[in-house]
Order: sequence, then C-alpha cells, then structure tokens
Amino acid sequence: MEAFYEWFRWLYEATGINLTIVYDEFDRKRMISGFWTTVWLCLVCIALSIVIGVVGAWLQGSRLKWTRRGVQGFIALFRDTPPLVQIYFFYFGLGALLPRIENAYGIPEPVLTSMQWAIISLSLFAGAFNVEIFRSGIEAVPKATVEAAEALGYSRLGAYVHVVLPLAVRICLPALNNNIVNLVKTTTLAYAIAVPEMLYVSKQIWSDATNVPEMMTFLLLAYFFLVGCVVWAMARVERALKVPGIGL
Amino acid sequence: MRRSILAFSMLAAAAALPGAAAADVLDKIKERGTLVVGVKTDYRPFGFRDPSGAIIGIEPDMAAEVAKKLGVKLELVSVVSANRMEFLRQGKIDLMIATMSDKPERRKVVQVIEPLYYSDAVNVLLSDKVKVTKWEQLKGAKLCGTTGAFYNKDVATQYGPEIISFDGSEKPLIALKQGNCIGYLYDQTFIAGKMLEDDWKTAYHMPLPGIMETPWAMAVAPGEDRFAKLMSDMTKDWMKSGAIVAMEKKWGVKPTEYSERMFKEHKGS
Repeated sequence: MEAFYEWFRWLYEATGINLTIVYDEFDRKRMISGFWTTVWLCLVCIALSIVIGVVGAWLQGSRLKWTRRGVQGFIALFRDTPPLVQIYFFYFGLGALLPRIENAYGIPEPVLTSMQWAIISLSLFAGAFNVEIFRSGIEAVPKATVEAAEALGYSRLGAYVHVVLPLAVRICLPALNNNIVNLVKTTTLAYAIAVPEMLYVSKQIWSDATNVPEMMTFLLLAYFFLVGCVVWAMARVERALKVPGIGL
Repeated sequence: MRRSILAFSMLAAAAALPGAAAADVLDKIKERGTLVVGVKTDYRPFGFRDPSGAIIGIEPDMAAEVAKKLGVKLELVSVVSANRMEFLRQGKIDLMIATMSDKPERRKVVQVIEPLYYSDAVNVLLSDKVKVTKWEQLKGAKLCGTTGAFYNKDVATQYGPEIISFDGSEKPLIALKQGNCIGYLYDQTFIAGKMLEDDWKTAYHMPLPGIMETPWAMAVAPGEDRFAKLMSDMTKDWMKSGAIVAMEKKWGVKPTEYSERMFKEHKGS
C-alpha cells in the first residue's frame, strides 16, 4: 500500500498532478468520510422524499378543501424557491428560532445539527416534486380501474394503497428517477451549511493543497459514478415492476 | 467529428496548462485603462463595504495607489479565500491583495510579491463561557472556520478541534452567535477588529496566544515578472515611507509588530 501512495507522491513531483486524497492520510480519511456522508445523505433524502411524495399525493386527492390547499401551498413554496436559499433559510433562519440545549461549555446549542437540517430541507425540496410526480401517475390510472376496485369493496384508502398506488408508481417511475438523480446532485448544496459531504471536503482540500483542477475532476467523476449507481439501481427497479399487458 | 476532437483536445490542453500567461499583463492593463484588483469584502478593516456598497479598507487603499502609479482606473473585484488564486490564474484579476498568507504550495500556483507586505497570526474568538488558556484544551470542541483558510487543517491535526467551515466570514460568525460552535478560528487581526464592535466585545473574548504567525503576500499571475518587479518596488516604497503603518492607523488597527519592524528596517534605505 505504501508503494501505491509513494507512486502518487511521485506523480505530484513529476507531473504536478496533486492527488492528496490518495497519499495524504488526513485528506484520504476526510474524503472517504465525505463520500459516505454523501451516500448517507442521498439514501435518507431519497427515502424521505418518496414518503413525502406518496403521502402528499394522497392528501392532494382529499375531499377536504383545506388539506388540498395545504398540500398545494407546500408544493408552491418548495418547488418555486431555490434549494440553496431553502437550506440557508432552515439553518440560519429557522435554526435560530428553535429551542436550544446547553452543551458542556454552558453554551446553548441548537437542537438540530447541520446534517439534520440538510436532510429536512433536501427531502422537502425533492418531496415537493415527488408529490406532483405521483399525482401524474395517479391521474393516469384509468378511472374504470378505480371504480372496479371500489366495486370489489375497497375503501378509498384501500383502493389507493392496493390498486392505484402500485399502478401509479409504475407509470411515474421515469419521472421519479429523474427527480432522484437530481436530488443526488443537489446534496452538494449541503456544503453551504458545513455538512461534510464530498463537495465540502473537496473545497477544504483544494484550499489547503491548491489542487483545484484535480479535485474538480475527481468530483465530476465521483458524482458520475454515484449517479451511475443510482440510475443502474432504478433501471433494475423499473424492470422488476414491469406490468405486462397494459404497456407498462 | 474530427473538429470536435480537435476542439476537445484544445480544451484539454488549456485545462492542463492553467496560469501559463502569454501576454504581458502590464501592457494589457494600460491598453484597457483599468487595473483589476481582487480584494476581500468581508475583512474589516482590510477590505469591506461601506453602507453604500463601495469596497473600502486598507487593501483597497493599496490597490488605489498601484492604479495611481500606473495611471489607470481601478476596478475592485470581491474575492474569497477559496477562489482568489483561481481568479488570478484565469486572468479575472490582475493583482491580488486579499489577506493571503504566504505558503510554499501557494507559491507554486501564483507569483508572490516580495517583500511581504504584512504579517498576522491565527487565533480564536471564543464565547466568554469558554475558559481556556491553552490551545490543547480545545480538543474535540466545535469551532467555526472559513473555507480556504490554510491553517484549518494544521490546527485540526495539531490541536484536535472539529472545524465546521463556511464560505466568507459572515456565515461562521452567525453560526457562532447561534451556538453551532463555541468559537471562530480565524486571523488574529480580523478577530481583534471584531472585538472593537459592540456586538462582539461583551460576550466574546480572545484568551489564547496567537499561533502560526505567517506573513501575507500580494500576488500576480505566474510569469508576470515585470508586474511583479513593479509591485516589489512599490512595497519597498511603502515600507520606506511608513505608508502601511499610516494606513493601519487610519483604519483603526494597532500597528502590528511586523509593519513597524519593516518601517524601521527600510526607513533609511
């Protein structure tokens, strides 16, 4: 392993290509931890945003006018404002209003960490889009199918969970995939509130080692790899959920 | 297809040779009639904005003197630690006077002007509730910091605090006020400047000795030897005339040991 690191040190001396994330132990450790922070952030936000999408789309079809309006307001707020502004708003704006707990130094500390704020704000952002995506799927389910389900004795919730949602999910998968890919890329904005994900770590490293072109290239490839994994996984889901016979 | 391959390889070549300055920047400045200088705007009193939004401070004053000497107009560009060297290499600015500490790895990227015009140490602005006398006592503590500061890594590895860093110096200060960290790790002169403000002097203090004293460097793009020579002569003139000490006084900073020493050394020359 030492010879491997040595080679990258030699590469720096010989060509000026400085990959400290390979040969410098401190930088290597923080980049590995940055990678896993990004992965964790992506997984949690994807899961939460899908839950928000499903629940939101269900509430959107509610018979209660104010529930529908509430969902509409939520979508408008989170879809029509930039995600970076949302993150700053949550962390610096809302964060100041929350209750605090005293830390070991006797300083009142906000209850939510920057990581938790990033999860909340990114999930809500992607969730707002997911509500609309699921709605598009739900509206594409033939009315006759829903009526058939109701004729079989399903309640509104029962028909939604057992008939409408499974079909709707299949219909909206391509749009959902797009949004998930977008979400993975948007996690880079969490750097702005000091969540130590890959972009944050890269910025620290290129500030220390002034190897901006190298780190930019690395970042590009790392996200290409990460999003590639997501796309591959989603393609498998699409294949697994194929519904033969109705063109899906 | 062939054309796109050519275009791509030219792009790749351009990316591989950043900072290979071709034309002489002094000629370009004269031709343009404007000197473009990168300065900080979040670093009172070295570079900040007045209520009208204009950039003022010690470093803008220095930039103005350079423009006067060259007989051109001055344009100030706001830079932050994380982008200032890139701006210089890409020709977005001609000259950088942006509180940049002189470091060997930076000298590989930009051309540093000697003699170094200023010097500063690293310190931490702490909440009054934090009673410490040694840097070692900050092990494991959360400190806010600024992305791009060279000492973030050194302080983290030597003394072990967890550094949460943000762009610029306003956001880490807000984060400190909100209790996201117990202190702000930054340049000592900046912290001393902050502690003159009512907002900070009551509940915050600077109990630790300054560490890692490092000189600050102005810089030009690599290969701009004529401009570098001119700047070097100007710096010597400033030291000879005591201009830097005078600027410190004008902007309310207690003259640093370094600038007074430089004044003394060059006065007779």
